[in-house]
Amino acid sequence: MSRPTAQDAGIIGSPQLVYGLAACILLVGAPHAGHLLPWVSALCAVLLGWRAYLAYSGIALPPRWLLLAITLGGAAGILISFRTLFGREAGVTLLVLLAALKLLELRSARDATLLIYLACFILVTHFFYSQSIPTALFMLAVLPVIVATWLHLQNGALPFERRLRMAAALLLQAIPLTLVLFVLFPRVPGPLWGLPQDAYASSGLDDKMSPGSLSRLSLSDAVAFRVTFGGIPPRREQMYWRGPVLWEFDGRTWTPGKKGRARPPQLDNLGNPTDYTVTLEPHNKFWLFALEMPAQLSVPSDLTHDFQLHHKSAVNARLRYGARSHLGYRANVVEDPRQLQRALSIPGNLNSRARQLAAEWRANLSGEEAVVRAALAYFNREKFQYTLEPPLLGTNSVDDFLFETRQGFCEHYASSFVFLMRAAGVPARVVTGYQGGELNDLGGYFIIRQSDAHAWAEVWLLGRGWVRVDPTAAIAPARVQSGLAASLPGSTALPFFERNPAPWLRDLRFNLDALANRWNQWVLGYDTERQFAFLTRMGLEAATWQKMALNMLGGVALLIALAALLLLRRLYTRNTDPAQRLYLRFCRKLARGGIARAEHEGAQDFAVRASRMKPQSAEAIADITSRYLALRYGSRVESGALPAMRRAVAAFKV
Amino acid sequence: MLTALTRQFRIWLFRPGIERGAITLTQRRIFILPTRKGIGFVFVLLLMLLGDINYNLSLGYALTFLLGTLALLTMLYAFRNMAQLEIRAGRADAVFAGDKAQFVFCFHNGSSLPRYRLNLRGEDGRSIAFDVPAREGVEVKLPVPATRRGWLESGRLTLFTEFPLGLFYAWSYLQFDTRCLVYPKPAAPLPLPASLSPDGAGSSIVAGDEDFFGLRGYVDGDAQQRIAWKALAREQGLQVKQFSAQRGRKLDLDWALLPVMGAERKLGILARWVLDADTQALHYGLRLPGTELPPGRGAGHRAECLRALALFGPDEKKP
Repeated sequence: MSRPTAQDAGIIGSPQLVYGLAACILLVGAPHAGHLLPWVSALCAVLLGWRAYLAYSGIALPPRWLLLAITLGGAAGILISFRTLFGREAGVTLLVLLAALKLLELRSARDATLLIYLACFILVTHFFYSQSIPTALFMLAVLPVIVATWLHLQNGALPFERRLRMAAALLLQAIPLTLVLFVLFPRVPGPLWGLPQDAYASSGLDDKMSPGSLSRLSLSDAVAFRVTFGGIPPRREQMYWRGPVLWEFDGRTWTPGKKGRARPPQLDNLGNPTDYTVTLEPHNKFWLFALEMPAQLSVPSDLTHDFQLHHKSAVNARLRYGARSHLGYRANVVEDPRQLQRALSIPGNLNSRARQLAAEWRANLSGEEAVVRAALAYFNREKFQYTLEPPLLGTNSVDDFLFETRQGFCEHYASSFVFLMRAAGVPARVVTGYQGGELNDLGGYFIIRQSDAHAWAEVWLLGRGWVRVDPTAAIAPARVQSGLAASLPGSTALPFFERNPAPWLRDLRFNLDALANRWNQWVLGYDTERQFAFLTRMGLEAATWQKMALNMLGGVALLIALAALLLLRRLYTRNTDPAQRLYLRFCRKLARGGIARAEHEGAQDFAVRASRMKPQSAEAIADITSRYLALRYGSRVESGALPAMRRAVAAFKV
Repeated sequence: MLTALTRQFRIWLFRPGIERGAITLTQRRIFILPTRKGIGFVFVLLLMLLGDINYNLSLGYALTFLLGTLALLTMLYAFRNMAQLEIRAGRADAVFAGDKAQFVFCFHNGSSLPRYRLNLRGEDGRSIAFDVPAREGVEVKLPVPATRRGWLESGRLTLFTEFPLGLFYAWSYLQFDTRCLVYPKPAAPLPLPASLSPDGAGSSIVAGDEDFFGLRGYVDGDAQQRIAWKALAREQGLQVKQFSAQRGRKLDLDWALLPVMGAERKLGILARWVLDADTQALHYGLRLPGTELPPGRGAGHRAECLRALALFGPDEKKP
């Protein structure tokens, strides 16, 4: 059907088209430059520049063998760099490179169409990396350029500006239907096939803790999750968001270790429940975060013996869940002896000074609670410093920290505290997670950032179960009560916003975050669950797949009909002469009175006939007819004649 | 059975038939199908959708739907680009066989929408593209190769457009009652027959250049020496000088005088002679079996003679 014509050849040869296509490839490729290998970015830039120069100077395209050689070389380079040609990174790299190469092989209208399709496809791949509002805006800015270039293929005679306007109009007209499809298109949960591991970015808390791992995280102000409380939010110092629990210590690094047999988690003496909704950013890990101690969760998950929440699969898309926690509790008052044994083990023959100190406490003090208090008092009394940039520690990391450097971040305190407890015979473990959160009063929710990452300790006391002890609070109470910035000396390099900036900056930041949150909740997090909830709220109760499909089809049909009406309206608006319109209105009035003007009947003949049939209106008929003739055929039109005729027609009654 | 049904369906759908007067492209006359490029685009969109579902890309969904809707809208655009156009067939000037007949069609766009990139395709598959601005008319000349003498029908033309994005092909069939007269292809230059009519005053053919007699429009085959260059310079078009020297001389171009050969060859030779005689402003008559044109001269006479030659033959219908 689309046979090539002579015009096609003319269009393909035009430098305008080449510039347009090069601009499209550049626009969709440039934002990828950050993730592409540097040599690929450079090669693509060179290829685009070369093509633009060829178009500008009118030199023939390079021979096929040369292009083939570059293509094979590029593919080999990508293969060597990524060890595969598939997967996200390698695939995107290959696509961008192929698009740039295809431009050098532009020989027919088909090639140009292919390039346009390729540009659309590369545009989608940006969403692997980011789906933020700026990315969406960028997409909206690039699309008109692509469509305008596409229009060039059909009509190269139109100037670019005109095509751009047409493209923008087309896109604007497409938006309503897009929205309907977006809302009603049935969302299929989960991936259709196994995804390569590189499909998702991962950042955030790990299930290993070594000196420096949390302080590194504190430099990031990326959002970990957001929380909306159902009732009154708890106080800041109560907000311990529980994450991975670490049991095993090798002298430097804490890990979860092997769990062995354990009793199921048991909570007693519960305080009032707190209900809240968490929107967790994808972190590519299994665990979920909840306030200590979680009792219920709205998504399927396991509560482990040490009160960690494990999702059924790795969280690689933004996840929303409702949770109920009890801030007052007794956790596992009866604990499995094997687990208590685990909570006492320390690596042998390291950190002898710390062991000695613990042994002294154990000998002199009665009861485990006294030992805990002694350790906290020790941290408080000695000149310990809370800092993001602690000095390096040697092999005996606990000894070095406790007796030499005395400068550390929360992981140092948690680690050495648990070590001391274990050495003194008190079962203890490290808990990591986030502490605190920042209230966005515009959105009415809390933002928990990576910089809120925290580590604390839990000790098991007879009759009380696992009790949270936060040694950091002993050295820097402000960390727990008002956040990181308050607890560090002024010169520490923290994320810009972690410091207290000007109020307007803070407001701006909260506004932006509230917007981003809304965007995340409604646009990016629009999944099966939310879709059903939304449709139910819209009055489509008990929405089923079938009903949804019917709704979608109905909505689509309705909107297409509307679009057709709007688009085709201009085809039929021929009578733009206002005088004629008024005259036709007058004729319709007469027709309602039983006097219809025949198709062939002139205005004057009709007036004569109408006057004969309605002698009582003869004067008005003659008046309107003469006004019409004067307006339409008269050589000179007086100003005000048209409004006068309008009044006359309006006043006319049969 | 199936072929017959298909045929019936096609007849019902496309309603073949020759039409006269103006054709307005109504909804009933415009057909739309996706092009190969359009089907390719659907494939790209499906691929995108698969990626969106798999990787749960909300913005990917949005972009895919936006592009899909855009593609759907272009169907309306393609329809709109053709709807309500008014088409009339114009006059087609006679040509010689082997030349190209130029059929003229007037496209009138009464709406306020400009129409872009319409294509008119003849039966030979060649097409020309044009735009019709809003509230304006455009004359489109469609060249159709004239292979045989006689009447050349414009045939079933296809008016189509792929505007705006080439994803949909909207078309309409136009079959007008317009036709073009095709003269026989003149034979290679050949001396005029020596047999002048008995009352001819001269005995030789002289390229008279004594008395300038007037100008007439240039026709194919006129000698280059007789072109009125001054008239051309005055922008009066290509004209040929006529001289009165041969006035009174008569030439009989008679079918019967030609030796035995194919009828088409004879017609070709006669056409050549008519042209030559006209160029030399001779007084000539044409005698064909069953037709006789009395001697005459001038563009009108020439056209009449050529027309008789074009339509000669038992099976050629007479106008």
